[in-house]
Amino acid sequence: MLSAHGLTKRYGDIEVVRGLDLHVRRGECFGLLGPNGAGKTTTLRLLLGLIEPDAGTIELAGIAVPQHAREARMKVGVVPQMDNLDPDFSVRENLLAYGRYFGMSKAAVAARVPELLEFAGLASKADAQIAQLSGGMKRRLTLARALVHDPELLFLDEPTTGLDPQARHLIWQGLRRLIAAGKTIVLTTHFMEEAERLTDRLAILDHGRLVTEGAPRALIESHIEPAVVEVYGEGLEAWMRAHAGGVCQRFESVGETLFCYTGDAERVIDALKQVPALRYLHRPSNLEDVFLKLTGRDLRD
Amino acid sequence: MTRHLRFPRLSWRFIPVWQRNYLVWKKLAIPSILGNLADPMLYMLGLGYGLGSLLPDVAGMPYLTFLAAGTVAYSTMNAATFEVLYSSFSRMHVQRTWDAIMNAPLTLDDVMLGELTWAVSKSLLSGLAILAVIWGLGLYGSFWMTLWIIPVVALVGFCFGGMGLVMNAVSPSYDFFLYYFTLVITPMVLLCGVFFPVSQLPPLLQGVSAWLPLTHAVDLARPLVLGKTPDDIVRHAAALCAYGFAGYVIALALTRRRLLK
Repeated sequence: MLSAHGLTKRYGDIEVVRGLDLHVRRGECFGLLGPNGAGKTTTLRLLLGLIEPDAGTIELAGIAVPQHAREARMKVGVVPQMDNLDPDFSVRENLLAYGRYFGMSKAAVAARVPELLEFAGLASKADAQIAQLSGGMKRRLTLARALVHDPELLFLDEPTTGLDPQARHLIWQGLRRLIAAGKTIVLTTHFMEEAERLTDRLAILDHGRLVTEGAPRALIESHIEPAVVEVYGEGLEAWMRAHAGGVCQRFESVGETLFCYTGDAERVIDALKQVPALRYLHRPSNLEDVFLKLTGRDLRD
Repeated sequence: MTRHLRFPRLSWRFIPVWQRNYLVWKKLAIPSILGNLADPMLYMLGLGYGLGSLLPDVAGMPYLTFLAAGTVAYSTMNAATFEVLYSSFSRMHVQRTWDAIMNAPLTLDDVMLGELTWAVSKSLLSGLAILAVIWGLGLYGSFWMTLWIIPVVALVGFCFGGMGLVMNAVSPSYDFFLYYFTLVITPMVLLCGVFFPVSQLPPLLQGVSAWLPLTHAVDLARPLVLGKTPDDIVRHAAALCAYGFAGYVIALALTRRRLLK
């Protein structure tokens, strides 16, 4: 459905995307993860043909990009990172106007509007102005807008950033409906939970390069020990020096917390119980642990 | 910038962009018309009657007629300029409407052509309103000749729409537009024979004036108001086209650098 080979984009001397290879299969939900500045948004813009790569080839829905970007974009719906709904139009008018950009007749778009409003849960807001919508409603409308021409493929750039949990769950439900309907989805996100829940496969990018790629569970299994015990409290330093190496398969000290990665959490917990001043949290390892292991804990801003 | 400079790839897909602006304008058409048109009309009538009553004929015609012809050019210049500066900038930079449109199968060339043709439409509206006053007050030589003012007005809109888009492309904020008005638009109004004949200027400034786009606009509009055929029609029209087209092409390159890097 989507493939990129050797994708490279330079701004001056900085290589933002460096020889990236991506393959997204039809009907799959594919995640693009990475710290800020990893090149996720640039990659999406390259894939859409909005900017031209310095090297590499892209094929989107069977169409060469950027050579035939216009035709390719006919088949793609985009939910951008920043809301850019048209504030001069009502909810319904936003959908009507957007359909026209795809060359749809007024009648064809109008016929789709009720369905799209229902999908976005905005049927009662059809005539509301954009300024009257909450953040979650705006996101849902942006998602509905991206579906106006019934695309095969959807690009979502951080679709739930800045939303409260209720609004986020509504977006997830919408995305699940789309996945069930057979749409192919490419999404970037900072939320590991989101990637774990929604994506069939994901790629982790860092410094414009593909760090790893695979199904979320498979990545967790292959990159990290099954359980994590996070330890903090008085006497952590001493305990770490004396015992961490012995009971943890791998450990990492970050600020005031020790992350102990292990296949045998019981053993770690037994050891910790000897030191009542230490508190701990035992949990299964997750995608975030993989992400932090592969991209490091340094801030990127 | 040269990397981004290329011949525009034009397509009919600009039409929905024009239509978008039209539909938004339609919602507030009455206040917008009043806001855009009252100002030049007040100047024209106020100065025309007030100052005109003190003056003998100017360039062989009553001052009100002289000023009316200048106002046609001047108000259409302003209409297009305001549209591509403040309104286009809102859509491009503040509301990010252009970004949204470019996720559909439209290119920047289409979006900016839509903006340019919309600026031409606003100029037509503005020019027609002044023309209506000219008709109403009987300030013309030949009614049929004044109809030629309509394509002239469209051309003036194209010229200043294209030029203004360059400014739109390089401005970090609305405040920047003031430079364009103080350094380009206002001097042009004073140098191009809107309020008084260019022959009143020192020879050096007359030489400068001959190259300015507004002079070409005035030189086309004024004879048409009087019912005469303008001199050098082709040269004036070509100059207006050239300024507008060059503006559009340069603005495209600069905007491409700004938005699509």
